[in-house]
Amino acid sequence: MAVQGPTLDIGGAVLMKPRPSPASRGYWQSVGRRLRRDPVTLICAGLLVLIVLASIAAPWLGLADPYKTSMVRRLYPLGSPNHWLGTDELGRDMFARLIYGGRLSLFMGVTPVVCALLIGGLLGITAGFVGGRVNMAIMRVMDVFYAFPSVLLAISLSGAMGAGTENTLLSLTLVFIPPICRVSESVTTQVRGFDFVDAAKASGASALTIVRVHVLGNVLGPILVYATSLISVAIILAAGLSFLGLGVKPPEPEWGLMLNTLRQAIYVNPVLAALPGVMIFITSICFNLMSDGLRAAMDVKA
Amino acid sequence: MDALLPIQDRGGPAQPLLLATGLRKHFPVAGGLLGRTTKVVRAVDDLTLSVAKGETLGVVGESGCGKSTVARLLIRLIKPDKGTMVLDGDPVDEPHGITVNELRRQVQMVFQDSYASLNPRLTIAETLAFAPRAHGLPAAEARDRVRDLLAKVGLDPATYADRYPHELSGGQRQRVNIARALALRPRLIILDEAVSALDKSVEAQVLNMLVDLKKELDLTYVFISHDLNVVQYLSDRVLVMYLGKIVELGPVEAIYGDPQHPYTKALLSARPSMDPRKRTREAPIQGDPPNPIDPPSGCRFRTRCPFAEEVCARSEPPLADTGSQAVACHMRVAGSGHSRAVAA
Repeated sequence: MAVQGPTLDIGGAVLMKPRPSPASRGYWQSVGRRLRRDPVTLICAGLLVLIVLASIAAPWLGLADPYKTSMVRRLYPLGSPNHWLGTDELGRDMFARLIYGGRLSLFMGVTPVVCALLIGGLLGITAGFVGGRVNMAIMRVMDVFYAFPSVLLAISLSGAMGAGTENTLLSLTLVFIPPICRVSESVTTQVRGFDFVDAAKASGASALTIVRVHVLGNVLGPILVYATSLISVAIILAAGLSFLGLGVKPPEPEWGLMLNTLRQAIYVNPVLAALPGVMIFITSICFNLMSDGLRAAMDVKA
Repeated sequence: MDALLPIQDRGGPAQPLLLATGLRKHFPVAGGLLGRTTKVVRAVDDLTLSVAKGETLGVVGESGCGKSTVARLLIRLIKPDKGTMVLDGDPVDEPHGITVNELRRQVQMVFQDSYASLNPRLTIAETLAFAPRAHGLPAAEARDRVRDLLAKVGLDPATYADRYPHELSGGQRQRVNIARALALRPRLIILDEAVSALDKSVEAQVLNMLVDLKKELDLTYVFISHDLNVVQYLSDRVLVMYLGKIVELGPVEAIYGDPQHPYTKALLSARPSMDPRKRTREAPIQGDPPNPIDPPSGCRFRTRCPFAEEVCARSEPPLADTGSQAVACHMRVAGSGHSRAVAA
């Protein structure tokens, strides 16, 4: 009976009560529902899950040894027996190297963004919520970083600190803090202007409690969406640094570095030389499309 | 722990619940080189008011006259540049007085925009429990309080507690906002255009509810609105503001029955008449209010006042008691130099 909502059953209390609503969903539930109806985002997310799982599970997939060179089997074309994606300039199995390469490439794409998200998000939310001089101090420092193009900044930082995975991670983190900080600051400033934040202040709650309960829930969505779109930039930048010899050192398999070393093979076997680039392309476009999908799903003006 | 119990009255009925003296708020306007403050908006200028226990003080005025700034000053959402506040005998934010947080425990506010004043990510129950929880009420007791609050504002707790703001109508949302203002058991509630955005029928329901709640919970209201009829219905005393200043203050019968300031007269005659024979023939005041960045010298209303004379530009009229009400007009001050000034 309760499911039918208002009825004409006069005398029953049912008459005045609104239908017990199954629609009372939380924000994240409704975001999830929208995402499930978005095939592009689902496919991208599926591909990413596949790539990530394959990278993590690489040692147990029964792949060829990605470090084992062979002077005889160099630059086999695609579709060769035992090496269905061919071999690189030192005769190493391309398929194994591409899968193993995902480990470092993804790691170097995700880690700096996560670190930058923690630091930049904290700074940005603080600047946005406190405002005034604190905001001024934080944001002007960020503006200094903005004066350099991100690629140049990453290259010069890595160049100054020397090649190596840790230094690449550090320089990429520094590159991504300013944009994340700026986005966090602007959404926080926007949320701070809403009356519900004033009402919370008027209730005498501490600033930390207000940020935790009223601000975070409203700003985390847009910040996360933006950070997701940065992962693809980070992967490309990390690959670029490796390509320039400022990132990962050989013989580690890494997509950017592979692109560099296969460069000489471009006249012999161009398709082979392009394969690491294809991986970079697929991964970054998946991150970008997924971030677009998330943004659309979160943009609820109910 | 003090959030658990209603606050006891201390000063007796004769002591004003809230006394604000010389409140001033000038908002800086950044401009010029390096964003230095070159000008200020004089939003509220030396405003003195008292709110008696159990009364409803209506505040009326055009948009931009500083009504909302007054509301935010009274609850200290913005800090006054100057002026003091005394809550039931305790000075606020002064060495021997009460803190701003203690003030906010006793004074609460309802905002105009029912949607923007509710966090879209929280359920109604979470919104209502926020303040009591922040004041240390245990979760179980907070749940009980939420149920009580919803019932008080006429919403069925079982139906509405777990809903989100966007699932409620404007009137229901405003009821939730009122319930939130009641959550800490305050003594004074500032209603800043609290019913202005509602449909007329819903507005009437909410107004009646406010009247009932006031009686039931022994509340005091500061009711800010641009709607003269609603203010007349609800208020015991009325304060008329113009450009950050009080122009007239008095009992509702006096203000509505015998308005003395030209601005109050103009405001009241601008009300749509219910009687077709008393049709308003012409616009009683021309133009927009002057810019509060650079208000007129002397009396701020003189640029639009039909009786403005040289004295009005020269000196500012004091808020003078005329027996029934207080008026800030040179025509009401004997010997002010105005040709229509009352006889001494």
